[in-house]
Amino acid sequence: MQPLELSAVDLVAALRQGDLTAVECATAFLDRIDAGNGAINAFLAVDREGALARAADIDARRRSGRPVGPLAGLPVALKDVLCTVDMPTTCASRMLAGYRPPYDADVVERLRRADAVFLGKTNMDEFAMGGSNENSAFGPVRNPWDLSRAPGGSSGGSAACVAADMAPVAIGSDTGGSIRQPAGLCGITGLKPTYGRVSRRGLVAFASSLDQIGPMARSAADCALIMETIAGHDPGDSTSLATEVPRYGQLLDKPLTGVRIGRVPEHFAEGLDPEVARGVEEAFAVLEAAGATVHEVRLPHARYGIPTYYLIAPCEASSNLARYDGAHYGHRAQAAGQAASGRAAGGAGGGDSPLAEMYRRSRAEGFGPEVKRRIMLGTYALSAGYYDAYYAKALRVRRLIRQDYLDAFQTVDLIGGPVSATPAFKLGEKKDDPLAMYLVDLYTVGTNLAGVGGISFPCGFTRSGLPIGFQLQAPPLGEPLLLRAADRFQQLTDWHRRRPRPAGGAPA
Amino acid sequence: MTAPPPYTTIIGLEVHVQLLTRTKLFCGCSTRFGAAPNTQVCPTCLGLPGSLPVMNRQAFELALRAALALDCTIAPFTKWDRKNYFYPDLPKGYQISQFDLPFSSDGRLEVVDPKGAFSRTVGIIRVHLEEDAGKSMHDEAAGTADSRIDLNRAGTPLCEIVTQPDLRSPQEARAWLNELKLLLVYLGVSDCNMQEGSLRVDANVNLHVPQADGRVAKTPIVEIKNMNSFRSVERALAYETARQWEEWQATKAEMGTTPKQTRGWDDPAGITRAQRHKEESSDYRYFPEPDLVPVTVSEEQLAAVRGAMGERPTVLRRALAERWSISPYDADVLVNQGRELVAYFEDVATRVGEGKVASNWLQQDVLRTLNERNESVDAFPIRPDALADLIGRVQKGEFDTSRGREIFAEVLASGRSVADVVATLGIAAVGDDELVALCRELIAENPKIVADVKGGKEQAAAGLIGQAKKKNPNVNPGKVRAKCLELIRGM
Repeated sequence: MQPLELSAVDLVAALRQGDLTAVECATAFLDRIDAGNGAINAFLAVDREGALARAADIDARRRSGRPVGPLAGLPVALKDVLCTVDMPTTCASRMLAGYRPPYDADVVERLRRADAVFLGKTNMDEFAMGGSNENSAFGPVRNPWDLSRAPGGSSGGSAACVAADMAPVAIGSDTGGSIRQPAGLCGITGLKPTYGRVSRRGLVAFASSLDQIGPMARSAADCALIMETIAGHDPGDSTSLATEVPRYGQLLDKPLTGVRIGRVPEHFAEGLDPEVARGVEEAFAVLEAAGATVHEVRLPHARYGIPTYYLIAPCEASSNLARYDGAHYGHRAQAAGQAASGRAAGGAGGGDSPLAEMYRRSRAEGFGPEVKRRIMLGTYALSAGYYDAYYAKALRVRRLIRQDYLDAFQTVDLIGGPVSATPAFKLGEKKDDPLAMYLVDLYTVGTNLAGVGGISFPCGFTRSGLPIGFQLQAPPLGEPLLLRAADRFQQLTDWHRRRPRPAGGAPA
Repeated sequence: MTAPPPYTTIIGLEVHVQLLTRTKLFCGCSTRFGAAPNTQVCPTCLGLPGSLPVMNRQAFELALRAALALDCTIAPFTKWDRKNYFYPDLPKGYQISQFDLPFSSDGRLEVVDPKGAFSRTVGIIRVHLEEDAGKSMHDEAAGTADSRIDLNRAGTPLCEIVTQPDLRSPQEARAWLNELKLLLVYLGVSDCNMQEGSLRVDANVNLHVPQADGRVAKTPIVEIKNMNSFRSVERALAYETARQWEEWQATKAEMGTTPKQTRGWDDPAGITRAQRHKEESSDYRYFPEPDLVPVTVSEEQLAAVRGAMGERPTVLRRALAERWSISPYDADVLVNQGRELVAYFEDVATRVGEGKVASNWLQQDVLRTLNERNESVDAFPIRPDALADLIGRVQKGEFDTSRGREIFAEVLASGRSVADVVATLGIAAVGDDELVALCRELIAENPKIVADVKGGKEQAAAGLIGQAKKKNPNVNPGKVRAKCLELIRGM
């Protein structure tokens, strides 16, 4: 039994049947991490000891006939934006280096109750801001398909660790595409659920009205399995939905006969890589072969998605990140007058109270350039005299974008298209061009602005061997259909089964 | 009679009251006052990464009750906003408050001086809900210049009440605050304890000075802070009014020519001092709080809150005066003591079937005792049934009021029942024949006193009263005196 080759669904079955122990399973993935993480940098923290202890406990309970949870023994990697009491939670920021939360995120609690085994915390763009994972304070993640390329972001570590067989499942978060885009660039499956479907309690906030947690795995069926555990109402999150959670896994195995899939012509406009376009068109053809019909739909305001997103998200971020002031926890600059001068710390220097200087220097030292850029964008846009022109207007456009989606879903059941305009780009390629980097979210931000769900899965490879992602979006709470359509696609194709050549040597 | 001042004083108030909830506005932490620093905190009120707020429904209902009692219009839809600023006692870097859609607005509260000096209806611009910040303690005494932060208070629910500039004197401001406090305590919305910070007042004041050409000049508005009692509000406003008048005469500076000034009240010195200007044109970058959902208020909900509200002090004063045929002044005294005392009064009055006598006993005996013992009426050992029993016996003529007071004192001291005290003290009404016989006996035994009285020294009769009390403790001293004088004159 080689655990690294099994899907999460099969691993859970093998563990249940006793074909595999939780310790064997955890050990296989931990060893793979040991071998490969040096090259890929997908994990910021690996909890070998904790994972093995947990696995041993699950094995012991199972042997003695005591109850175990539905995911008993399944290894899971957690994006380092989720609070965990037993591992640091850094958001890949110097600001939170070594920070240990006193509580578990709701998703972490649910996964613990289900007896999942946490392998560690995955690398990401700092505070989930970025689309390449180059904004991590602890070094970029490398794409397992080509180590010179970015894995996408911000959940780049979660995507790369699944692609590189270091974890069967990872949890990510998606504010403007941060699950779907890296899933697409790394050739795995990632689901961004409807806003409110998964509790945000314990997810370190980037942009509260857009953030959503979701599963990243090798297949839609594996995502469905994880959703059954992590979705659900949380009275501790006022924006969490009270709607009952379906048994996603049981709703998969149905043909797509009669399912109408929308195709947005604007998605195929200038800027879309021809190889990606070809892969996406072929995906539509597969879905048609599976019984679905394809129809043209319009999202007239989609072209305002990027500017709208890059106002709303930084505005919320500027406020959400105000708490990192060095006063209560996190990075605090050395006493005034000791280290860098006020000018070096980004301030005007002089005249500040020691308190204001401490704030300024702690934040100047603790945050990376992209985080600072977004805090400044948001602070500016919310300032008196600019609010109406920027934030208030962005909120109005956001309502129009949501209405576009709701209108489109009057005539189709799903909307299909590319995840990103290009396959994985070279590390450093866009690093000095923030605008080009913001455009990597072109096809994904609409889902978040509308508050609906989307799934990304591989639909082919470029000639140079890079994965191409396909995206489906659904009306609110349309996760069952998203998962069913993606699963159907994966019954008919094997793109999702392909693996990169292992970094750090072949698996044992 | 002094001449009225050559200006009109314009005062508006901004009052923060802490709501009487068991837990904070957005988390389950206790709001109890006086706990060790930073012991009533959790990830939410500490603003830890990933924490989220959940609205306390009870706080919202208390705030609704206050707003309805202030005759405010309740918004059917209200939302939360973030007010962003940096301060160490504000752990999230923003305060959850309400900006452009407060849950209530446009109310009023009247204050009437019982002595008729003024009557003023003060408009309420808005009442909104927000969370409190923590407490910063700047401990210079420790010599380290370090500041200490206690976040127990962070997240405590506050109602902010902003008035129109409708008050016209420091006295009115103080009286209105008393009325507001009475109302909020009546409603159980807040304990309004200024020492514990559960009521805080800032005042805005300026002067309107009529000019020879008919124009009214307005002096720059000053905001006064740091007032820790209603008395200091009155003193600070009086000081500030006089200061502004002097400044006006010296500078003729009008509103709009200088930025709004904030001055702190220095209570021991009895003066206001200019405070350092806040961050120039502080920009709080308000925006809707994305972690909370908007609140909708239904008519049914409003009806339920109204139904549970009970009578407000203004209504109760009138009702009490009418129901029990007592004077408006008496009703005012009773109502100003709080809802518990009014309930006690009505219980006694119902049992004895008369308001005036119950009101007299309450004001003369119960209130005096409560003040002496510094006790609340709920803890008062003589319950309404016992007091009514005592008053009833006086009304039936079992003994007179002065003897009744002695019984009241004995019941209070011993904790025994009225009947018990009456029995052991051998209290019984003294009949006329009995009184006459007693007085004849005293006259016979005291020829010296009789001679003195006859000689014109009526005060000598006092000597007889002491002896009368020894012979029969139930006798009324006044009656003994009168009867003795009558008998002596007839001799």
